[in-house]
Amino acid sequence: MRDVERVVLILDVNGEARQLLVPSHKTLLEVLREDMQLTGTKHGCELGECGTCTVLIDGKPQLSCLLLPIQLEGRAITTIEGMANGSDLHPLQVAFAELGAAQCGYCTPGILLAARSLLEENPRPTRDEIREALAGNLCRCTGYTKILQAVELAAERLR
Amino acid sequence: MAAELGPRAMFVAGGTDLFPKLKRRQFEVDSLIGLDFLPRAIRNRSDECVIDAGVTLAHASHDPHLNERFSGYAQAAGHVSSPPLRNAGTIGGNLCVDTRCNYYDMTYEWRKAAGFCLKKDGDICLVAPSSPRCWAVSSSDTAPMAIALDGLVTLVGASGERELPVTALYRDDGDRYMAKQPDEVVTCLRLRRSLNTRSAYVKLRRRGSIDFPIAGAAVAVELDGDRVESCRIVLSAVASYPLEAKAAEEFLKGRRLQEDVIREAAEIASKPAKPLDNADLSHFWRKRMVRVVVEQALARVSDQQPGLDG
Ligand SMILES: Cc1cc2nc3c(=O)[nH]c(=O)nc-3n(C[C@H](O)[C@H](O)[C@H](O)COP(=O)(O)OP(=O)(O)OC[C@H]3O[C@@H](n4cnc5c(N)ncnc54)[C@H](O)[C@@H]3O)c2cc1C
Ligand code: SF4
Ligand code: FES
Ligand code: FES
Repeated sequence: MRDVERVVLILDVNGEARQLLVPSHKTLLEVLREDMQLTGTKHGCELGECGTCTVLIDGKPQLSCLLLPIQLEGRAITTIEGMANGSDLHPLQVAFAELGAAQCGYCTPGILLAARSLLEENPRPTRDEIREALAGNLCRCTGYTKILQAVELAAERLR
Repeated sequence: MAAELGPRAMFVAGGTDLFPKLKRRQFEVDSLIGLDFLPRAIRNRSDECVIDAGVTLAHASHDPHLNERFSGYAQAAGHVSSPPLRNAGTIGGNLCVDTRCNYYDMTYEWRKAAGFCLKKDGDICLVAPSSPRCWAVSSSDTAPMAIALDGLVTLVGASGERELPVTALYRDDGDRYMAKQPDEVVTCLRLRRSLNTRSAYVKLRRRGSIDFPIAGAAVAVELDGDRVESCRIVLSAVASYPLEAKAAEEFLKGRRLQEDVIREAAEIASKPAKPLDNADLSHFWRKRMVRVVVEQALARVSDQQPGLDG
């Protein structure tokens, strides 16, 4: 096997500057999970199709399985671990728990982050706007209705 | 740099097409050249709009000026893949996106088991074994619309800078589908229109939230009163390059965009489209649906105020 090239990077993850020495070909998903132990970001298809690896880059949802950390220095990366404020859950997390919008929970981190980005931009989304914002995130359990209701409930509480 | 590194190096912009393909070993490279340095602005002028290649699809689809004056382009950008992918994917990457085929967009192991094809690692086409060429399908949503809007692209490479019509970027070959030099970077796209241009894009796909097109119609019409002065109709996902329906464009000239005319134009436009059995859903049905997407796109422009989305 060819030598693996390693690079020193400083990434801004959940508001904290983190210095890392990682192989340059590793995806952000792999670096978050394997080098930073931030395992809340989930591994799904790895091909951009399921959305479970969603993180926020400068506040906008992107897929960590298709991002290279080497391209992300200086950008603000938010993972699900950065969603709660200390021990206070984000209103979206509370609403998801209350309404049972998570079953197996595998899609939940990605959906929560995509929903957070939506509500920051648009505090009064219609149901169709919520559907559109979550269109890149698959859920195999809930049938989506509870997810849409939970986002609406959190939006109401956040206003 | 690209010219020095040769074929084992590739450009990467958003990576949303390239990275899944690298993982499936559809490309094997030693170096990636990041295009993060490309500018990312949309510049509006009275009769044209210049979009930098680094502009994301999300940015283009939400831009108010594009939505008002080049609505078909904003619609096409907003119909690519899914919201998180549009936050990363760029308009330059969408112009250069690889052609697709059911026998090619598979993992290395799948392709090895099925037998490699000539687009990667093999020497025959599995869709049309008697044909010497690859028939992989051009699947960009924005390229047909950029052509319909008389788009020009700027290329910068080792031998300098040049501007050419978007049509001249493509070849009728699923394997070597780009006509530009490998070391040339697309730096911007210039869309042009007159005051009376109306445009629309209609796309057919299995899941409305994420999939590539299996048929699409990009239409730009210039009206003189209520008659068509000129028009361009360009189809996505029915050939190895964005296919212009020239006979239908000729037919529409001088006519009013009324129901029976639209129906006939759509019928004529669908004739040259010959989808093969290498994309999602049945190719017979895809062929039939080409008429429907063209009809819908023309109906949309016929109801529009100049430049407004219908
Ligand atoms: C699940 C999924 C669904 C998708 N659905 C669609 C869809 O519906 N419609 C569609 O059109 N696409 C779709 N795509 C493909 C892709 O997301 C888009 O085409 C996107 O616009 C590609 O842009 P990018 O910046 O990510 O390109 P990259 O992946 O970075 O690059 C794509 C290709 O273009 C080259 N390239 C990129 N920028 C330039 C440049 N400026 N100059 C020269 N060469 C360049 C690269 O070398 C590479 O060969 C989908 C992808 C996924 C994973
Ligand atoms: S059209 Fe033929 S050669 Fe081209 S990718 Fe498909 S099977 Fe391979
Ligand atoms: S793991 Fe990234 S989209 Fe599925
Ligand atoms: S809760 Fe199981 S995938 Fe969504």
